[in-house]
Amino acid sequence: MTILVDKGTRVLIQGITGGAGAFHTRQMMEAGTNVVAGVTPGKSGQKLDDEIPIFDTVAQAKEQTGADAAVIFVPAPFAADAILEAAGAKLALAVCITEGIPTMDMLEVRAALRGGRTKLIGPNCPGLIQPTTSQKLGITPHRVTRPGRIGVISRSGTLTYEAIAQLTDLGLGQSTCIGIGGDPVGGLDFADLLALFEEDPDTDAVVMIGEIGGTAEEKAAAFIAQNIKKPVAAFIAGRTAPPGKRMGHAGAIISGGKGTAADKVAALEAAGVKVSPTPADIGRTLASLL
Amino acid sequence: MKIHEYQAKDIMKAYGIAVPPGEVAFDAEGAEQIARRIVAGSGNTTLAVKAQIHAGGRGKGGGVKIVDGVEAAKAAAESILGMTLVTPQTGPEGKRVERVLLAGGVDIARELYVGLVIDRDARKICLMASTEGGVEIEQVAARTPEKILKQWFDPKAGLRAHQAREIAFGLGLEGKQVGAAVALLQNLAEMFVKEDASLVEINPFVVTGDGLLTVLDAKVNFDDNAGYRQPGHEELRDKTEEDPVEAEAAALGFSYVGMDGDIGCCVNGAGLAMATMDIIKHAGGEPANFLDVGGGADAETVKRAFKIILSDSRVKAIFVNIFGGILRCDVLATGVVGAVDEMGIDVPLVVRLEGTNVEKGREILAGSGLEIRSARDMGEGARLAVELARGGR
Repeated sequence: MTILVDKGTRVLIQGITGGAGAFHTRQMMEAGTNVVAGVTPGKSGQKLDDEIPIFDTVAQAKEQTGADAAVIFVPAPFAADAILEAAGAKLALAVCITEGIPTMDMLEVRAALRGGRTKLIGPNCPGLIQPTTSQKLGITPHRVTRPGRIGVISRSGTLTYEAIAQLTDLGLGQSTCIGIGGDPVGGLDFADLLALFEEDPDTDAVVMIGEIGGTAEEKAAAFIAQNIKKPVAAFIAGRTAPPGKRMGHAGAIISGGKGTAADKVAALEAAGVKVSPTPADIGRTLASLL
Repeated sequence: MKIHEYQAKDIMKAYGIAVPPGEVAFDAEGAEQIARRIVAGSGNTTLAVKAQIHAGGRGKGGGVKIVDGVEAAKAAAESILGMTLVTPQTGPEGKRVERVLLAGGVDIARELYVGLVIDRDARKICLMASTEGGVEIEQVAARTPEKILKQWFDPKAGLRAHQAREIAFGLGLEGKQVGAAVALLQNLAEMFVKEDASLVEINPFVVTGDGLLTVLDAKVNFDDNAGYRQPGHEELRDKTEEDPVEAEAAALGFSYVGMDGDIGCCVNGAGLAMATMDIIKHAGGEPANFLDVGGGADAETVKRAFKIILSDSRVKAIFVNIFGGILRCDVLATGVVGAVDEMGIDVPLVVRLEGTNVEKGREILAGSGLEIRSARDMGEGARLAVELARGGR
């Protein structure tokens, strides 16, 4: 079993004809992803590399190809609408890579998704990669991954690749790795995904990588204490970050004394999570729990 | 993006919210004219003269004066303009005051608090109000959280009248004040959404001796991601409030935050950039900066990044920490070698590469004949950088 996607998931790409969309579609296909369609309004009838049919709308692409998951590379001003289009077509999953979407748009997206079928990953994230099925819905460099039984959840991009590479170097393969994104308001969070990994018979342990800002890690800690029996290792970035400064990610800011790394580490440790002392020890910290 | 109090009040006024009469002045003569207009218009000789800087706690630092009469207002403006104001939020170096707000005095009967924020957990906008106005809301939240009233809403649905009534009654308002507060709160909520705000605060939100509601102090922050559809906001930017290096980095598409240490960092990705600062500290050093050059850095990027890092004269070593995913390590290594060659960098350089084509990248660094230390992992890179910054080379 796997979480969120499986071998049979059929993937469509929104924004497939843009530079990033086309490049990463080819990367995804090289990784083994089952890409069946692309969507760019006004370009129906064309094909990417004479292979992937392009449609005007997500609904058409779904009807013609049976696509059930979307990866979104649409520019920020139009990205929220692209997510809503995927949700309107009742896809099971939308993965939004786009950075720079206004928070107000994401609040509207969250309101619209409530009670619906579509799960959202991102935005401002590297997406999902599932080495056990070779499905990659995003931009994670697949060469650093290896199939295995460790789940990875992270708010970061390159730091996630770093953690995956450390696991791979130790011979610890991954079941599914998900970047949930660095924005203040996004889709699935740590607690949602921890619950899925807990139920997944093919995942033995989970690495979570958090950072300063917000309280998602504290919420995850409370959830772990109550509901998670599998071992969890964590790393929190930003112990040295000054208060009141946005550290690259829109969501990475300590404000009003809230959202510090120290608070998050304390909450996770109190919940029995082993927190890696440095970003170079994430793999070893997880290994020590097995 | 932050703006000044007077700008925040101007926006509120445009959304139908009553604010005391006031205008900004850049010199004492301008202040005098504005003060005269306010007194003539209101018949009230009490005036507030308030330093306009992007930091709170201005009163505590002597940046706010309540005076009687036009002459006194001019004198107060003269003393505040040009002063270096130190408040709990400016840091010990303080901020030079270039603008003052002249505002009509307000007869204060009650000081309340009203604020709007993005509630990241609820994924909604949260309206907060409290009877404890005039103090920082974080203090109220810590000491007496039960005194904070909250209502949540989605941008499209807006703040419903009944939600605004809950707040108005909860604040102990009565009679005509309730209807006035409902209108004000709904206008404020509309403003928050339409202006792509990330924070709006009225603190204190005042009930006057005549029982009217008014805005004594106002704070508005905007969502930087929404700048493309808020063209009017760019005019409100006060460049003197911004760190010049941070602004220069932002113009290049980098994210930079200056720190107090001596090890410059050049990293791709925000999470990895924070983690790099953390591991330098763990190794016993102090980072000079946070620098995220973006997920897909190239050779030209490296050169620009080095220029930004070296604009801080305290930097004694540079630690380049790159995880090459899409970006190939050999391409990056070539970029680093080219930048060092061209720029003649005179501080020790430690480069840690990982990811696609890493072996080739390391070969390029080793074969360059330049003094570039190559580290195999982040831990080793941080230790080397700390050692070299201490002069141990």
